[in-house]
Amino acid sequence: MTATDSGEPRELHDAGSAESYLQIRRISAEDVLAVAGAAVASLCLTWVLYEQVLPFSGAFGFWLCWYLLFVLMYLAVAGLIWQRLVVRDKIMAVLFSSGGIFACAVVFEQIGYSTVKGLPAVRHLNFWTTTMAFGGPLSPLTQGGILHAAVGSLEQIGLATAASVPLGIAAALFLTEVGGRLERPVRTIVNAMTALPSIVAGLLIYALAVLTLGLPESGFAAALAVAIVMLPTVIRAAEVVLRVVPGTLREASFALGASQWRTVWTVILPTARSGLTTTVVLAMARGIGETAPVLLTAGFSNEMNADPFHGWQATLPTFIITSILDFGQYPNYVARGLGAGLALMLLVLALFTIARLLGGKAPGELSKRQQRRLSAVQIEEPDAN
Amino acid sequence: MAVAVSPAAAAPASDDVPRTVVSRGSRGDLIFRGVLRAAGLSSFLITAMILIFLVYRGMWALRADGLSFFTKQSWVFVGNQFGIGGMLPDTIIIAAIASAIAIPVALTAAIFIAEYAPGRLRRFLIAVIDLMAAIPSIIYAVWGRAFLMPRVIGVMGWLSHHISWFPPFRITIAQSASTFVGSPAIAGMVVSLMAIPIITSLSREVFSQAPAAEREAAYALGSTRWGMIRTVVLPFGRGGAIGAAMLGIGRALGETIAVLLIITPTPALNWHILQSGGNSIAALIAGAWNYATYDQLSALMAAGLALFAITLIVNSLAAIIINRSRSGAATAD
Repeated sequence: MTATDSGEPRELHDAGSAESYLQIRRISAEDVLAVAGAAVASLCLTWVLYEQVLPFSGAFGFWLCWYLLFVLMYLAVAGLIWQRLVVRDKIMAVLFSSGGIFACAVVFEQIGYSTVKGLPAVRHLNFWTTTMAFGGPLSPLTQGGILHAAVGSLEQIGLATAASVPLGIAAALFLTEVGGRLERPVRTIVNAMTALPSIVAGLLIYALAVLTLGLPESGFAAALAVAIVMLPTVIRAAEVVLRVVPGTLREASFALGASQWRTVWTVILPTARSGLTTTVVLAMARGIGETAPVLLTAGFSNEMNADPFHGWQATLPTFIITSILDFGQYPNYVARGLGAGLALMLLVLALFTIARLLGGKAPGELSKRQQRRLSAVQIEEPDAN
Repeated sequence: MAVAVSPAAAAPASDDVPRTVVSRGSRGDLIFRGVLRAAGLSSFLITAMILIFLVYRGMWALRADGLSFFTKQSWVFVGNQFGIGGMLPDTIIIAAIASAIAIPVALTAAIFIAEYAPGRLRRFLIAVIDLMAAIPSIIYAVWGRAFLMPRVIGVMGWLSHHISWFPPFRITIAQSASTFVGSPAIAGMVVSLMAIPIITSLSREVFSQAPAAEREAAYALGSTRWGMIRTVVLPFGRGGAIGAAMLGIGRALGETIAVLLIITPTPALNWHILQSGGNSIAALIAGAWNYATYDQLSALMAAGLALFAITLIVNSLAAIIINRSRSGAATAD
């Protein structure tokens, strides 16, 4: 960010003898108290109005009311303390930060909800180790599980990754290394594909692979559909990573007489390795939750089917949707679906954490271990000569 | 790109002829470039194949029903009475509700991340937005159906009661316990959660590219932070933000599972957004798929074609706008 944001003191020439520094961009007690006061006051007022006076109901309406009242209260409080220009600045800051807070709240709400609702089913060990082959709608939670769905999910995401990652990275290399007249249209269509309805990808695979080529409805067909959904994500993220590989490395390789494919293979890809790994893992996290295309192409099964090329295969998302839509009147089945939701959430969180741990490094930035190895090599080098 | 030597140093001497270096790629390089080019073009190939195969497989239904496929409001398997006249507008209505919520929230979040959040908080929030995009839509859908719906019905009832002069908020069906269950409004609310991360991350990238010199200039003229955002960041990022919002709309148009799990499906158009009923094309396909015969699949393919055509137009426009704004950023640096 800019220099003014780092909290640098600015000089203020006031009439006093000693020059004092005015600290800008520092949160003063006044700021905090104004926000807190408005929040508490509006909470109390909402409670009185909403719960006691007016005939409203529902938690959602309560918080909506609270937020509206809070903004009004804050406006009033700020109007008492500051000038108009400052008030406008402060109120916009509050509005903008509520956008960020809302996003955080949604994410933590989702994690919390699936944890709380999933726990009753997940607690039982058989949930992880058995399939639903012998579990009917009425069977208790101590019987039956999601092993078949988890196996299906993992196999399909593996196949989808194997299909989409090489193609996606090659396409990203085309955008950064080859370019030319086609670069712009390709980037446009890739951007447009990021919002491709995933169900359309399922329709394509069904129309092309199942109806036309005669492939069976199977995990493999579903993996192809998921690969189409993952492809634009991989291309976009890989392009960002490849673009920040320093041009000097590329030129150094060319100057040593390397051909272009050698440069890409031995310089550019290894330099971007950490970022590319992050890309792959994030794309897997995106693909593993895909429901609609899998619903169209893989069918559903209550039994273990470890062969992704033949026969119907269940996945975690299709297991969830079946348990909620088709078995909605059986509480145990719904609980199992919510448990599968928690399992899916855990998978996504695990992939996401792996991506964060691997990533976050600039291209060419070395890990501690790599640095140690490199320094060892540098010490040895004079001896070799 | 490949080797290119610029003979800039040879300017003063007249008899020195600049050496032109021509780099011809080896055969390996040519093959390599060909492979990469083919990979780059694969996205075109996929888009074209979607068009070709959906037209090919949907032909039967389109030929049987003609243009009435797009106007008839029915989806009856007996006698093959198919038409998306109700679901096509409802798809757009749901996407409109979703974007009415998602766009303001996402843009304020993007500005907060790009302009207000200090370093560590910013990295955290970027991760949160990435995670929000990675949470499967089925999780949001289940949450919306089981958690949000019962809590939001009170507000829906209040709106329909007090703002009934606004036609879309009117209720035309008999009041019962399920009047407000499974309405386009609730579906749109949940779909908005899936559009928020895509809009936020794209527009944040654009906002944070606003040139530092112009920011400093605004501050130097005595601007407050909001003044700086209003006069520098927002005008700079307008194109990118519009493009991002359109991509979010495209995402909302195609969302399947959230609508499938929440809405009470009816093939007839329901533009009274607070009451139960309506359906989106994507949810129709997913919901009717398992019960469809071979012929009826054709009708679903044709419906998918209509959905794809709309999203392709919206998304391509968005992508073109985003590309434009990116190239503008390059010249401003």
